[in-house]
Parts: sequence; C-alpha cells; structure tokens
Amino acid sequence: MEAKLHRTLGLTDEEADDIRRILGRPPNHLELAMYAVMWSEHCSYKSSRIHLGRLPSGGPRVLVGPGENAGVVDVGDGIGAAIRIESHNHPSAIEPYQGAATGAGGILRDIFTMGARPIALMDALRVGPLDDGRSRWILEGIVSGISGYGNSVGVPTVGGEVVCDRTYTGNPLVNVACLGLLPVERLVLGRASGAGNVAVLLGSATGRDGIGGVSVLASAGFGAGTGDDDDAAKRPSVQVGDPFEEKRLIEACLALLDAGLVVGIQDLGGAGLTCAASETASRGGVGMDVDVTAVPRRETAMEPFEVMTSESQERMLAIVTPEDLDEVLALCARWEVRAAVVGRVTGAGGRLRILDGFDGPVLADVPATSLHEDAPRYDRPLAPAGPPQAPATSPPPPVDPGADLLALLMDPSWVYRQYDSQLFLNTVEGPGGDAALLRLKHPTTGRDTGRGLALTTDGNHRWCAVDSRLGTAMVVAEAVLNLACVGARPLALVDCLNFGNPEHPQVLRQLSDCIDGMAEACLALDLPVVGGNVSLYNESRGTDIDPTPVVTVLGMVDRLQRRPPGVVLVAGAVVMVLGPRSSDLGGARWAADAAGDGRAPGPLPELDLGRHQQECALVRALVNDGLLAGVHDIADGGLAVAIGELVARSGVGAHLDGIGGHGELFSEAASRVVACVAEEHVAEVLDRAAAAGVPAAVVGHTGGDRLVIEGLVDLDVAEVTAAWRDQLPLALGR
Amino acid sequence: MGVVVFPGSNCEGDAMEAVEVLGGEPSVLWHAEATTRSVDAVIVPGGFAHGDYLRPGAIARFSPVMAAVAEFAAEGGPVLGICNGFQVLTEAGLLPGALQKNRGLQFLCTTVALRVESRRSVLTSALEPGTVLHIPINHFEGNYTASPETLAELRSEERVILRYVDNPNGSLDDVAGICSEGRNVVGLMPHPERACHRLLGSTDGIALLRSFLDAGNQPSDLVIPARLSTSAGTPS
Repeated sequence: MEAKLHRTLGLTDEEADDIRRILGRPPNHLELAMYAVMWSEHCSYKSSRIHLGRLPSGGPRVLVGPGENAGVVDVGDGIGAAIRIESHNHPSAIEPYQGAATGAGGILRDIFTMGARPIALMDALRVGPLDDGRSRWILEGIVSGISGYGNSVGVPTVGGEVVCDRTYTGNPLVNVACLGLLPVERLVLGRASGAGNVAVLLGSATGRDGIGGVSVLASAGFGAGTGDDDDAAKRPSVQVGDPFEEKRLIEACLALLDAGLVVGIQDLGGAGLTCAASETASRGGVGMDVDVTAVPRRETAMEPFEVMTSESQERMLAIVTPEDLDEVLALCARWEVRAAVVGRVTGAGGRLRILDGFDGPVLADVPATSLHEDAPRYDRPLAPAGPPQAPATSPPPPVDPGADLLALLMDPSWVYRQYDSQLFLNTVEGPGGDAALLRLKHPTTGRDTGRGLALTTDGNHRWCAVDSRLGTAMVVAEAVLNLACVGARPLALVDCLNFGNPEHPQVLRQLSDCIDGMAEACLALDLPVVGGNVSLYNESRGTDIDPTPVVTVLGMVDRLQRRPPGVVLVAGAVVMVLGPRSSDLGGARWAADAAGDGRAPGPLPELDLGRHQQECALVRALVNDGLLAGVHDIADGGLAVAIGELVARSGVGAHLDGIGGHGELFSEAASRVVACVAEEHVAEVLDRAAAAGVPAAVVGHTGGDRLVIEGLVDLDVAEVTAAWRDQLPLALGR
Repeated sequence: MGVVVFPGSNCEGDAMEAVEVLGGEPSVLWHAEATTRSVDAVIVPGGFAHGDYLRPGAIARFSPVMAAVAEFAAEGGPVLGICNGFQVLTEAGLLPGALQKNRGLQFLCTTVALRVESRRSVLTSALEPGTVLHIPINHFEGNYTASPETLAELRSEERVILRYVDNPNGSLDDVAGICSEGRNVVGLMPHPERACHRLLGSTDGIALLRSFLDAGNQPSDLVIPARLSTSAGTPS
C-alpha cells in the first residue's frame, strides 16, 4: 500500500527509503505527502543543482544572491533592486488563463517577501505556430491571464517577448520576471527566529486547488499533446488566482514591514504551507509547530495533507512576536486581509511538527531541514560533449528576399496593448523596444534619483539547439546589447532555464553546456547571476523542447536626461551598421524557415566577448550623448528584420546599398546594431567607433516611401508596415 | 487636494505625484472614513476599486467616503474621476451614463489623441476648444454609453468636454470625458497624470490638472451657485 502511495505522489523507491532512514521509522501519509512536494524537481532542483554552482553569482553590488526568494542588487541612494524570474509552463499548457495569471501572482509574492514593492513585470511567452488552433487558444489565454491579473494587481508589465515555434506546440513556455524596489535597511529574509514567536498566515483561505502542482504537474512531462485525458485530469493541480486579494496582501505586508512588525516573512508558493513553514524554520535554525486546524479553509472536510500541500494563491506566512500580534492583526484588518495564528516557533531540535490543535495529537514530526537539505541531488548521466548535429550547409538563396523579409516581421503590440505598462509614472521606454527603461525613484520617499533602470528579456532556442554553450552566451550578449540600445550598463542577470526531460542524457548535456556558456559570458561581461529558476520536463509525446534558457538582465542608466532614441528612423539621415559585417547564417531564423524542417544550420557565428564589450560601450555612449536618432540591435531575423522594424515603426523609408547578398541580410551574428544618424553627427560617430575599435559602416540613407536594399529588396513602406502590424492579429483571426 | 483610496485603487500614488509636481498638496481620503476633511478638491483615481468585482465602481459607490464626496460635490467642490474613478462617479450617480466593456473586448493601454470640446469645466478651463492632447488610456471598460435623452442633454449643455479623435473603445459620440450640470464634477477615461513629465513622452496632461488645481484654489464662476451660498463646510 505504502509503496504504491509514494509512487503516486511522485517519489521513487530510493527516495522513500531515504525518508524512512531520516525518520527512523516509516513515514505516515501526511509526512510522505510533505516530502513528495518538497523533494519534487520543482522545489529541490535535484537534477540541476550540481550544475548551477558554476554560475558566477557574487560581486560588490550583490546584496542577496541565489537561493533566497529573489536576488537583490544595490542601485545606489540606499535603494535595493529585487529581481527574479520564474516559469509557469505546465499550468499554462493545461489552463492558460489561470496558469499565466498565477505565474504573475507567484513572482510578485517572491518580490514583496523581500520587503520590496514590485514595480515592473516582464513576460517571455513561447507557444506553437499560430496556424494551430490550440496554440492560438493558449496564447490568447496566457495574454488575457497576465492582463487580467497584472493590471488589476497594479504592477505594470513593461516588456517581454512573444515567440511562435513548433518546438513549443505541446509545451508552451510562460516565463515571468519581476523587479521590485526596497530601501536597503528594510531588506528581509524569509527566516523564523525566537522560540515563542508566532507564525501568522495572511491572505486567502486554503482550498484544494493546486495540490500536487509542484510534483504531479511541474515535475513531469506531458503525454499526447492535445486533448489527452491524463493531462486534462491534471487541471485541478492548476491554482486559481485572485488579483484583488493579492493587491491587498501586498499593501498589508509592506505596511507591516514599514511598521517593523515582522521578524521574518515568506510567501506560500509551490508546496504551500509545508514549504513556507519548513523554509522559515530551517533558515532560522529553529523548529515550528503548525496547528493544521487553525488554517482558514474555503472547503469543508479537507484532510491535513491537503491543507499542508495546497497551493492556494495569495497567502503569506509572517513570523511576529507575541507582543506585536494585536497590532499585526489590526493592520491586516485595515487592508481587509485575513490573518490567523497557525504556528509557533520552537527552539530545540529544529523539528517541524503538524498538530491537530496546538495541544492535540501530533500528525507529523520531521526535521525541518530534511525537507530541503536532505533532498536528493542527482548527478544524472550526460550525453558525450560535442556540438549536436545540425546540417552544416545553408539552404539555397531565396527567390524573393523581400517576401522572406516580410514573413519574418511581427508587431507584438496586440499582446502588450493589453497590459498596463505605465503605472507608477516610471516607464520612459515601454514594451516593443530593445529594452524597457524606467525612472528610478526612491521606493518610500518617491524622490527621483535622476537615474534609470533598464530591463530586457531574451532567449533564442534556435541558437541553443545548434550549440547550447555558445547559443546561451549569445543570448546573454544580446541582452547586454539590448540594454546598451537604451543607454544602460548591465548590473545583474536572472535566468529561467527551460529544458526537456533531465532523465534524457542529451537534455542534461544541453543544460550543462548552457550553464557553461552563461557562466563564460557573465564572467566576461562582469554580470553576476543573482537568481534563477529551472524548469525541466518540458516535453510532450516523448519529444523534448529545444533548449531555451531565457535571461532577464537589469541595467542602469547613470544620468537619465533624455528619452533614448528608440527603434525608429527619421527622414534625411544616414543608416549605419555598428559592429562587424557578417554573412554567416549559422543559427539564423531565415535559414531555419527556408530549410523546411525548422532546424537552423550550424555552426553558430563566432562570438568575441571582448569585442562585444567594446560594441556595447560604444552604443551606450552614443545613445547617452544623443548622437543617434534611432537604433536597433541585429538579432533574430538579422539585418532584414532590424531595418524592417525600424521602417515599420516609423513609417520612414530607407535605401541601403552594398549589402552583400542574402547571407548578410539574414545573418544573426552577434555584436551589431543598425543606427540612424543625422548627417551632422556621422563624422563624430565614425570617429568614436574607430577610437573604440568597433567597425562602422555607412550603409544607406533614410527617407521616401520605399525600403530598398540594392539587389535584394524593393518594398513599399506601407507594405512593410502592414505586414509587420497585421501578422499577429491576422494569425489570431482578430 | 484629497485623493480617494479604496482597496484595489492603484493610481493614487501617481495622482499624488502629479499634483505635487504642479504645486498642490495631496493627501489620502481613506474609503472607510465618511469625510473629505478640509480638502479643496477631490480626485477619485484609477485602479480596480474592490477588484472591480460585480462591475467597476459598483461596490466602491457604497464606501462611506463616497457619501462625503457626494456632499462635497453638491456644495460645488471640484471632483475629478480618472478611469476607474470615472466609473465610480457614474455608479455613484455623480455623473450620468455608464462605462461598458471596450468594443473588441480587450484591455487597451495606449496613447490616444483627445480633442478639447469645451472649456466650461473645472478640468478644461485653461484650454482652447479644438486643442488636441496626447494622453494615455488604460482600461477594459471605457466604452461610454448613455440614453439618447442623456446624450442630447450632454450635447446641448456643452458637457462633453473631451472627445477621442480616433475612437479606440466604441464610446458613444466619441466621448472621452464629461462634466456635471454644475461643471464641477468631471470624469474621463484617459490618464492625465501619466502625461505630466517629458521623460514619459507627453506633458499634455499638465494643462488639464493645472485647471483642476486652480479650480480648487480659486472658486470661479464655473461652479454652481450652491457652493458660493454655503457657509459651513465651504472648502478653503
């Protein structure tokens, strides 16, 4: 009976033996359920942890590194910036609206748990091609969920990505990043301390939603991709969000922190109360008694294991002293937030005990630390090193490069117009540009520091499928160049590593190579990794997704005096390419589309991180000195998409000369931008590029109503704009 | 300047920042307290009061503070509802009509062009009719509707004060903002407080909020006589 139960809960036979060894006796059902959620891949990182240590995570600006609820970076004036990214892939595949909504809700709690007010969200969305009805349903559901939750909870969504590719047809990716600000002195860590202190559960009543979310749903792949009975049966494991509850919870928690009324605070996310109680106790080196009958419930006849593992949303656990309890309860009442004493901090032994009434029978009794630190760590087999096979040859030249260019353009504004991107009056550059740019104001006084924070989110599965190590390094490099396009220098990075089944040796090889590539790039670019999330088992019908590390990089503009030039052209100016010329189609989207099977050719173009630093520094300086009238990095879709978007967004034509063929048009080689430069600044830009050791070339001029790339493309500006603007709404039938 | 805060409001800080930049002194009017204290003007800001549950503004209208706001308005005090605040004022009966879901059934966050239609309101007194302003909208339920009789009344009394140049949400008669009979209560879906800083892309909101602040500071002949004849409780 028991053997069957632990497998149903997602534990292996060996893991069940470990639990028996730790307890010195067989676990009961409740204890087994608690270990099952805490030792799930999602909570324990058991397959990835041994690799993650290779990422550089320290630095003088880092106040809190990986392992806490969020990373925190010093951004000056006594302000800390808390940042985190998380996936909500599997819930969004099953129930797109609630999956994405609760993804946003969960990451907000991670941020205000640190004492920070959330000020910005970014979302990176990846779904199957939109000619598939289910992918359209998933994308529309995800966008509605983020819009419905994020707007209502009152945190602006300032940027993100939308990628459609067949690798995500059965397993979409929803990665949400959040930035928050706190006065450094208010920094809180999720720790319980002081025997006799009480644990107060704040927020929603607990229901049966989300039970087994981290284990059954997040830590296993999908079967058949569509309409599979087993997958549909996982729907009760998806949580349901209530943004109004979360909004009041944010205000109440920040008010409690402002008033100095909490010793420690922790959100309830994956693995629910079990995780929050054991983590706070374990980090504080204490124990905790939890009275399961004191937990407010929204359903009747809930079993203790259901209460302890429920992932009902909008809940926090605050550790407070008995003397402050009345004041805590009064403040919660003002914000109409439910508050109930559910636990007591105990000293000796560090045991987490679940009780049926504080003086009632003991239902579970385990060492608090064993739920985290004793979780298994697997050194799973890796496939042999070496770049995976990719066709080495490029497809034949395009019949009509202009038509191919149009097919690559997609304006994501249908998505981001549904998000409040401006709340808090910080958004200088919102969604749609290379990076978001926000005014940096002090989180409590509101005083404008005169500086800016920039955020970008990037990923590229095509590059990483060809070469996970170099592809990941290119993703990091692209993110840093995106920041430079709004004048920002990079401060810190958080990553969301979306991979397939780690029990497949080639997937673990991809993960390991990706971490090596990220470490190399971050070391070279002086970029600490302050937090991350690993999402594994992204597979459907036995096929793993392409490796998809997604990074969010936070940057700083030291003197925010003017709006950045943005992705525009102005008429009567010069078009320049800053950075090396390249015709290398390795990893390029055009080549993948032209190949018919969606696989990009290899190898990837060279990435010289030293030269990349020089390129970023040059672009940053030119932007901040007001020498560029428009700028756009060259990445996905190459020069073709860069100039196409510049034309479409401004309605201004361009005439380019000397582009040496379709290779140069579609190459995605790193370290390059297209810039629009007014005549009077051309000489200075060329001089400064030369001084910086960055190749720079005048490739054309702007104006008129056509986009001409000599020998390759001749299109009407209206045609370019329409193709760009209409692609997404048409695909969605809007 | 009092800024009403309900649970679920989220633009109160933005409204206060904009007021402060323009030289006003903002303070919070908490939803549970039935008073406007001694403020000289009231803003009901944007957000999702009470989660917009049931219908935007439907629960907020019953908050104790709204009775005080109604009294303040009846005495001629300037009241401005922005976005969710406009929805609350229509639900509370301080402004006619209603805001229904956008045509297209989607939330819309984008900058739109507005045309000033009348300078006879506390929000537009400093602007020439015909002036075009660029101000962000940010709503799901901004599609203004009213009975034919109400619309005829609004038009004949010159109470449609702002219209969309290119109607984004299906609003009847392109209505973006209206005022009360006494011209002291105004509601609009666009967010003028989001257009008060050059780094944010538009400063067109300044003239609107400046008019409103001035209305609070200097009672003018714009407001209804009731206010001028009220001694007790006249805002200072």
